[in-house]
Amino acid sequence: MSVVVGVVTFPGSLDDRDAVRAVRRCGGTAVRLWHADDSLHGVDAVILPGGFSYGDYLRCGAIARFAPVMETIADAARGGLPVLGICNGFQILCEAHLLPGALVRNEHLHFRNRDQRLRIGSVASAWTNAFAPGQEIVIPVKNGEGRYVADAKTLDELEAEDRVIARYVGGNPNGSLRDIAGIRNEAGNVVGLMPHPEHAVEELTGPSLDGQGFFHSLFRHLAGAGAVAAR
Amino acid sequence: MARVVVDVMLKPEILDPQGQAVAGALPRFGVTGVTSVRVGKRIEIDFAGEPDLDQARLIADRLLANPVIETYTVRIEDEAGGARPQPSTAGAAA
Repeated sequence: MSVVVGVVTFPGSLDDRDAVRAVRRCGGTAVRLWHADDSLHGVDAVILPGGFSYGDYLRCGAIARFAPVMETIADAARGGLPVLGICNGFQILCEAHLLPGALVRNEHLHFRNRDQRLRIGSVASAWTNAFAPGQEIVIPVKNGEGRYVADAKTLDELEAEDRVIARYVGGNPNGSLRDIAGIRNEAGNVVGLMPHPEHAVEELTGPSLDGQGFFHSLFRHLAGAGAVAAR
Repeated sequence: MARVVVDVMLKPEILDPQGQAVAGALPRFGVTGVTSVRVGKRIEIDFAGEPDLDQARLIADRLLANPVIETYTVRIEDEAGGARPQPSTAGAAA
């Protein structure tokens, strides 16, 4: 049976359709979830897509965090539901305190949109277990507020616990501390990633097919083959 | 410290979608009874010597605020970090 992935649409989401399309291209079934509906409709995993939820008013992700669907997702994530936050979705996960740290204005103040090389770090997550540790991939990055920040203690913990899932290589596009592009929670089911795997799943439109690895990781995880952190 | 604080707010008659979005989120964590939220900006300007209110007003009027849609107040922040209101600085707020 095909894995069912819910993709949330907030007012101002941009990449929800691409995420839906990526799930389907990779062999899953995608279900659209609506921010104001607190039901997850029995999905096996959730993607919080990129964009500008609620206009990014106040702070990116600050208001989306309180959307009815997010309350349900936060509870389910604490229970082990795989959740991937991409770009704005990463910001929402941080605002919801499902992941530590915050994402702030790019250090150089410019919006950055380019194909970005990443080095995979932890593969002990629901979304990265199909990669090899140290594997380099290229997927698009596009953000104005993608600079990952946290205090030194948190950064040290993330590194000590192998919770950095990807780092920028070949140039840090936004000034993220320690070149962090994505992190996972302790259990490995919640991942936040600033670059966009959903834009790198087919030759016609992406710089590579490397984005597929995140979706194939999920399928492996749900099939029980994934090497998830909770060991 | 030679600091001047400028507060910029949208005029009351100007729609503030950001404030409305914030107000709309409040009931979701149990806060009721709030009738309005409006979001503005606070800008802190440090001068090398004595705080220059005229310069601060120029900065506020020319750059920080758009007097068509916004009002601003300019005040000197004292040593303790508190604000000393400047009686003649709210001109654009009229």
